[in-house]
Amino acid sequence: MASIELKNITKIFRDAKRKRDLLAIDDVSLSVEPNQFLCLLGSSGCGKSTLLNMIAGFEKPTGGSVTVGGKPVDGPGADRGMVFQQANLMPWLPVWENVAFHLRLKGWRKADRRAAAQEYIDMVGLQGFENHFPAELSGGMSQRVGIARALLLNPQVILMDEPFAALDAQTKMDMQEELVAIWQKQRCTIVFVTHSVDEALVLGTQVAVLTSRPGRVRELIDLDLPRPRDITGQQFNDHKRHILNLIREEGMQQRKEAKPDSMAASRQGAAA
Amino acid sequence: MTAIGKIWERFAWEKAVVPLVILVAWEAVSRSGLLPAALLPPPTVVLHAWGDWVFGFDETSQANSGRWFADALSSAMRVAAGYAIAAASGILLGIAIGWWRWVERTVEPTIQMLRPVPPVSWIPVAIIWFGIANKPAIFLVFLGAFFPILMNTIHGVKTADRNLIRAAAMMGATEQQLLRHVVFPAALPSIFAGLRIGIGAAWMLTVTAEMVAVKSGLGYVLWDSYYFLRYDLVLAAMASIGLLGYATDGLIKLLMSVALHWQHGSTLQSREG
Repeated sequence: MASIELKNITKIFRDAKRKRDLLAIDDVSLSVEPNQFLCLLGSSGCGKSTLLNMIAGFEKPTGGSVTVGGKPVDGPGADRGMVFQQANLMPWLPVWENVAFHLRLKGWRKADRRAAAQEYIDMVGLQGFENHFPAELSGGMSQRVGIARALLLNPQVILMDEPFAALDAQTKMDMQEELVAIWQKQRCTIVFVTHSVDEALVLGTQVAVLTSRPGRVRELIDLDLPRPRDITGQQFNDHKRHILNLIREEGMQQRKEAKPDSMAASRQGAAA
Repeated sequence: MTAIGKIWERFAWEKAVVPLVILVAWEAVSRSGLLPAALLPPPTVVLHAWGDWVFGFDETSQANSGRWFADALSSAMRVAAGYAIAAASGILLGIAIGWWRWVERTVEPTIQMLRPVPPVSWIPVAIIWFGIANKPAIFLVFLGAFFPILMNTIHGVKTADRNLIRAAAMMGATEQQLLRHVVFPAALPSIFAGLRIGIGAAWMLTVTAEMVAVKSGLGYVLWDSYYFLRYDLVLAAMASIGLLGYATDGLIKLLMSVALHWQHGSTLQSREG
């Protein structure tokens, strides 16, 4: 049984200002087996975050269905953990309270929450920062707290929306390594949105290359590279070349199609 | 450094500079005979009358001699009662208006129409509704403090970070839990801004209320002394209200620094405490 199933998803955004409908996602079907690590790879505006938000339950598809663990998604919930681009920590709570926020909602006693949080704080390597407040943390540390918070839900599915995009190169590499280790240990399913080809190839067991406007799955690539992944190796570079070619073709085609329209738009802009 | 020097240092002398300059200048003008001494009594005379009002040593303040604590207490109780009602209702209603669009649509226009009506203009109705006692005074204090607390709470709720609400929803928070665990703490800095404006407004309204509706309190003494041309007592009453207002504001600031300790180091405000 597939852990996550997207069937014939379409999404139309209504552009109220211009009285026009915009087809953002066109007939996307994806199924993610348990314990897979799927990377949704695409440029900005291709609808990859929208797809993730549909799995999270923040947005509803215009057509098609989303199921997680066989159940249709009808809103956000604790059966799926989400890590956002910004860590989104409660600034008034110390690190350990943020990690154990879910247990606070469930009405656990303070001592129990504190004890439960520690396991996940250790897992993401934040020992010694339990009582720090988010304002006192670096970007990388904040994201670790966000990951620990998602892990504490012990979800079968973790959704990640470019969680490392705002980090410096070194921190990003460390975090990617740790994420893979956690994923191997927890045996959960991860859907990871990124615009970085390298990141997708370092992390994923599968990479879905998405096209832009409307968003479609251009190609679903299975990666059976050994871990840790050698980013200078032959196989890695073959995949990278292939994906970059796909993206380039896509870009050229789009420019060709977009040209008359965009020229008209720029003329309008000049007239205004 | 001498012991006195240390105390001087400790009490942050810069706070005392402006009041001292004003007092000295006032004493000088007053003693120069520019105005009749009865109409502009010098600070020393005011202090004398004030001292008698507080401690009752020579009855300079006549019937008020030794009654300051009772007067201050009855004013403070009115402020406390009106302020507490204003804080509780302002915060609750503010959260409701900020969170639910239908509450905003149904309630806010009425509130915005009531807001510009000066609290003083409520005095006639307040007396008809509540009679002549503490109640109309408490009602006026409530009116003064309610609107700033309400407006700031609404603002705090509306500017709460949407992403935090999404994060909590993803962890299974119900609407009630979102309000309690995310929206309320997120709005707290704004709520405290409202509480601080509100406490000032509350003290401002006591005098107005006590002038007409009751026969005790600092405001009553102030107005009563004016009828008897006791400007020394008028000024002493003004200073008393100023001091008590300053003290209660300090109390709220203290509460704020405890409740918002998580802001430590991340805002300009947090440098203060």
